[in-house]
Amino acid sequence: MSDVQFRFRDDEPVADPAVTVDAFGEQSNASAVRIEPGDDARDLLPHLARLQLIEVNFPVFGDGRGYSAARILREAGYAGELRAVGEVLVDQIAAMRRCGFDAFAPDVPLDPSDSEKAFNRFPEVYQPTTDRRAPIWQLRHG
Amino acid sequence: MYKYDTYDQAMVDARVEEFRDQVRRRLEGHITEDQFKPLRLMNGLYLQLHAYMLRVAVPYGTLNSAQMRMLGDIADKYDRGYGHFTTRQNIQYNWIKLEDAPDILADLATVEMHAIQTSGNCIRNTTSDQYAGAAADEVIDPRPYAELIRQWSTFHPEFTYLPRKFKMAVIASDIDRAAMRLHDIGIQIVRNEGGQIGAAFYVGGGMGRTPMIAPCINPFVPIDQMITYSEACLRVYNRYGRRDNKYKARIKILVHELGKEEYTRQVEAEFAHLLTQNIEPPLAELARIQAMFADPPFEVGIADEVDRSDPDFALWVDTNCLAHKQPGYIAATISLKPVGGIPGDATGEQIRLMGDLARQFSFDELRVTHAQNIVLPHVRKADLYALWQQLDAAGLGTANLDLVGDIIACPGLDYCSLANARSIPVAQKISQRLARSEQAIGELKLKISGCINACGHHHAGHIGILGVDKKGVENYQLLLGGCEGADTSLGQITGPGFSEDGIVDAVEKATQVYLNNKQGTERFLDTYRRIGMAPFKEAIYE
Repeated sequence: MSDVQFRFRDDEPVADPAVTVDAFGEQSNASAVRIEPGDDARDLLPHLARLQLIEVNFPVFGDGRGYSAARILREAGYAGELRAVGEVLVDQIAAMRRCGFDAFAPDVPLDPSDSEKAFNRFPEVYQPTTDRRAPIWQLRHG
Repeated sequence: MYKYDTYDQAMVDARVEEFRDQVRRRLEGHITEDQFKPLRLMNGLYLQLHAYMLRVAVPYGTLNSAQMRMLGDIADKYDRGYGHFTTRQNIQYNWIKLEDAPDILADLATVEMHAIQTSGNCIRNTTSDQYAGAAADEVIDPRPYAELIRQWSTFHPEFTYLPRKFKMAVIASDIDRAAMRLHDIGIQIVRNEGGQIGAAFYVGGGMGRTPMIAPCINPFVPIDQMITYSEACLRVYNRYGRRDNKYKARIKILVHELGKEEYTRQVEAEFAHLLTQNIEPPLAELARIQAMFADPPFEVGIADEVDRSDPDFALWVDTNCLAHKQPGYIAATISLKPVGGIPGDATGEQIRLMGDLARQFSFDELRVTHAQNIVLPHVRKADLYALWQQLDAAGLGTANLDLVGDIIACPGLDYCSLANARSIPVAQKISQRLARSEQAIGELKLKISGCINACGHHHAGHIGILGVDKKGVENYQLLLGGCEGADTSLGQITGPGFSEDGIVDAVEKATQVYLNNKQGTERFLDTYRRIGMAPFKEAIYE
């Protein structure tokens, strides 16, 4: 279990271990769950109110399903911690942040200065997401 | 044409710095080649057989003179003096050093160009009709819609690690000059009976080892929902496209396996949800972009005739020029297929000259075509002879647009690490063999791929050639009857393959069967469709 290296939240982290989506269905009191690439994030939508932590696993960095899972959860109003775990690399974290991840627990810790640069690399964005950054078209037209 | 504002420029500049940093980390050994590979690919940098290849984006194939001159300078400064124009309306350089790549990107950024997403499993450069803004048959100029897609797809945070690459094309006329239905998403901008503009979505086309013609999944998406609909198409693909086998990972396989109805149902459900997310750019943004694609200041009341007294010139006009929507003007194609040449190649000097001629004769505008030629879209007919003389003197006056010498060919085994066979020498031999008869043969689109990935579009050639490896020897399969365009069809294999010389003979025999059976004004394709494969097979394998 890797440590959380970056966290963009002020609340206390959840101490409970995250359970699988299957186990979550049976444990009605669990507050933390882990999504694998093949899981349907929408299965969690009825339970978002009691979830405090959702981990999204990236077993290999090239499998991008977790980006869609994250956006679906945020678009549905999930406000708890959304943590990227697994093969999370410095060149992916900015896009993950835009998709709604607010915590990162990479298998291999990232270089802090490279990460700092990566999070802040692009001055603006072309697309709106739930991170509420104003897209360039909004800056152009108000 | 589109002009960057400070926002666009800042994004491209940031990318240059990001890539410079990624290259530094690679060269210093902080990241592995496996980790670096997707990063360099998303900047269009491939490791090929002999060197790195850099692919530069030419959004929807439109360039100005300064950009074209820069492409010529890069060929001389960082490559061996050549650039290669591609079937995705881009240009690529085959002899690049990794450590030079950040400087090349910085040079490109000074003329509002980049290599963003020209490779990798992301949304690639969006292509369009090379005659956009000039063609008489278009409903509206498709390029502003392609530019809207360019911005939406640039650094899209959700769609950077798709199951596989993703190609989009936008056209706006019934005659399809961009092979729209052979794309992951093809969009045809249409006007409905009420006079409103909308987007017809064709999803799941492609070539490669499993060629498929995209079905229409929605004939009219209102134009102020086009981006949202695209996002829905992509999200369903990103979530459910196959990732267990890279050869089955393109969206065409998903659409095929789910069936068009089920895929469409999922897209419509996702679309209904995404409409609540307010992700669509406002129409004001489309209007801002459209203003930059307004017609150039055409002169009115000018001569509408071409002086045809020079027969070589007259042949070039008849072969390479297309009627323009504006009286007195014409769209001229510069063939990059000289007899025996390498399809799509141009020297740095030729590239700069084409840029200069665009400034002098075509309102500072050029287009790259998916058939690997260059178009000057808006030439005054009165200037055409002067233009042709300069082109001809530079080896750019070949009159063979859409003739058998106008071959599409992938780089093949001469450059590409995926190839099974060479494409370029076959193209050169066919071009030489048929040079004298090509005018008599007329329209015949010949396309060559050096492997099953089909970068040379062999499935869509009236005559297609596929290079394969047969027990360590290059072998070439022949296909007949493919076609892109409104009547898209896929070519059928004639039978056993041929050696390099054998395939040249087989192509020549096929053209003879056509000439012997042709009725009236039939093209090769028409005759093939009428008489079928049998007479061709008989002659080729006799």
